[in-house]
Amino acid sequence: MTAHALEGGFTEASVQSARAFREILEAMARPGTIRKIAGAQPPAPLSIAAGVALLVLADPTTRLHLAGDADCPVVRDWVAFHTGAPLASAEDADFALGTWSALHPVSRFRIGQPDYPDRSATLIVECDRLAPHGPCLTGPGIETAAWLNLPETAAFRANRALFPLGFDTLFTAGDRIAGLPRSTRVEAI
Amino acid sequence: MTDQAYNFAYLDEQTKRMIRRAILKGIAVPGYQVPFASREMPMPYGWGTGGVQVTAACLVPGDRLKVIDQGADDTTNAVSIRRFFQRTAGVGVTEATAEATVIQTRHRIPETPLAEGQILVYQVPIPEPLRFLEPRETETRKMHELEEYGLMHVKLYEDIARHGQIATSYAYPVKVEGRYVMDPSPIPRFDNPKLSGNPAIQLFGAGREQRIYALPPWTEAVSLDFEDHPFHATKAPHDCDLCGAKHSYLDEVITDDTGGRMFVCSDTDFCAGRRAKGHVGRLGEAA
Repeated sequence: MTAHALEGGFTEASVQSARAFREILEAMARPGTIRKIAGAQPPAPLSIAAGVALLVLADPTTRLHLAGDADCPVVRDWVAFHTGAPLASAEDADFALGTWSALHPVSRFRIGQPDYPDRSATLIVECDRLAPHGPCLTGPGIETAAWLNLPETAAFRANRALFPLGFDTLFTAGDRIAGLPRSTRVEAI
Repeated sequence: MTDQAYNFAYLDEQTKRMIRRAILKGIAVPGYQVPFASREMPMPYGWGTGGVQVTAACLVPGDRLKVIDQGADDTTNAVSIRRFFQRTAGVGVTEATAEATVIQTRHRIPETPLAEGQILVYQVPIPEPLRFLEPRETETRKMHELEEYGLMHVKLYEDIARHGQIATSYAYPVKVEGRYVMDPSPIPRFDNPKLSGNPAIQLFGAGREQRIYALPPWTEAVSLDFEDHPFHATKAPHDCDLCGAKHSYLDEVITDDTGGRMFVCSDTDFCAGRRAKGHVGRLGEAA
């Protein structure tokens, strides 16, 4: 473990995680809205938002899958020190972190069980940027319609078809975060 | 100020992460009851331990918290929970619905419409709408899985057969986004229409029963009914005796032992706000 792995966490965990959770809650409850979260300085290639999301949500009771470039020794050390989340394969993960192409195929992630749909994975998808245009989103949390530059639509349409099963997604870019729960209907426009 | 002996908002960080994960899954599957590892709180079960844990997981330092108990800001349960978070989280408190960012409620939805950016946290005693019809958790879970809600309609039908109308007046079941039947906690059915299409985030916490569920903003929640017996929101057929409001939910107060009674708004903030604006009811005094 490098000394760098010890740095970049919350300096005031209870307050910073509360503020960040509130933003994540708003992002997940209002799909398509882009929120700003801060407080952590994770090592590259993780974005600030992805690092903060891990600090807020992951702990020794949640299995984490690191995909693609995110699965490197620096990130593994940082995650181990700051969250204690055990690393797992994609099929077993509660949280999965990586770029959209690294997470593919997303059909391998847990979608919950018919009697326990909450036992499903949450994907944290690293993006270059988030913008409020692109595929059209409708469903719970959205008054009329919202738009978000999703990396693709087919996978999210297939995921919505599984409802109430399915995975939930957080998109991160820099210090920005957006949410896409399984309940959202996605249409390419 | 925050009591230094406690973590911010009382709960430890590990517990808050667990609750926060449950809230997010609840948001993702509206109306589905997410199990969570409810903690012992410094108050007995039945006094809002579920709501308190959800509130603790959501609070941030700049929040203004409002707590109501049957609509009232000044009853024991509301006062003690408000003081609890003042002491352990150092948050601001308010009685004005419009000024609050987080509202914890026992069995009412405020009369003043909620707005985006607000969170309404319900204290829930029995989260399972089917529990009094089917006591086994294994069976009710299966019924939710299979969307088998016929039993609930039988219950409502038996109301009609016995009383000529649907007599369920509180904890009136709703169907969320056409999928899960949900117990809206024991709010009067007068409040049911406010559940649906509400711009605020609505979170439900049941401490003893260890369940969290949620309605994201703008989510459809339809009160169950029949074509020939459609759902009606009901209230006492009176005006508020203090502020004269015609369309607010009323409490009946016995005033003497000779049959005297008065009807007053259950929402104390709403009633006080109207009186401050000069509205006067039958027994009210002009300001």
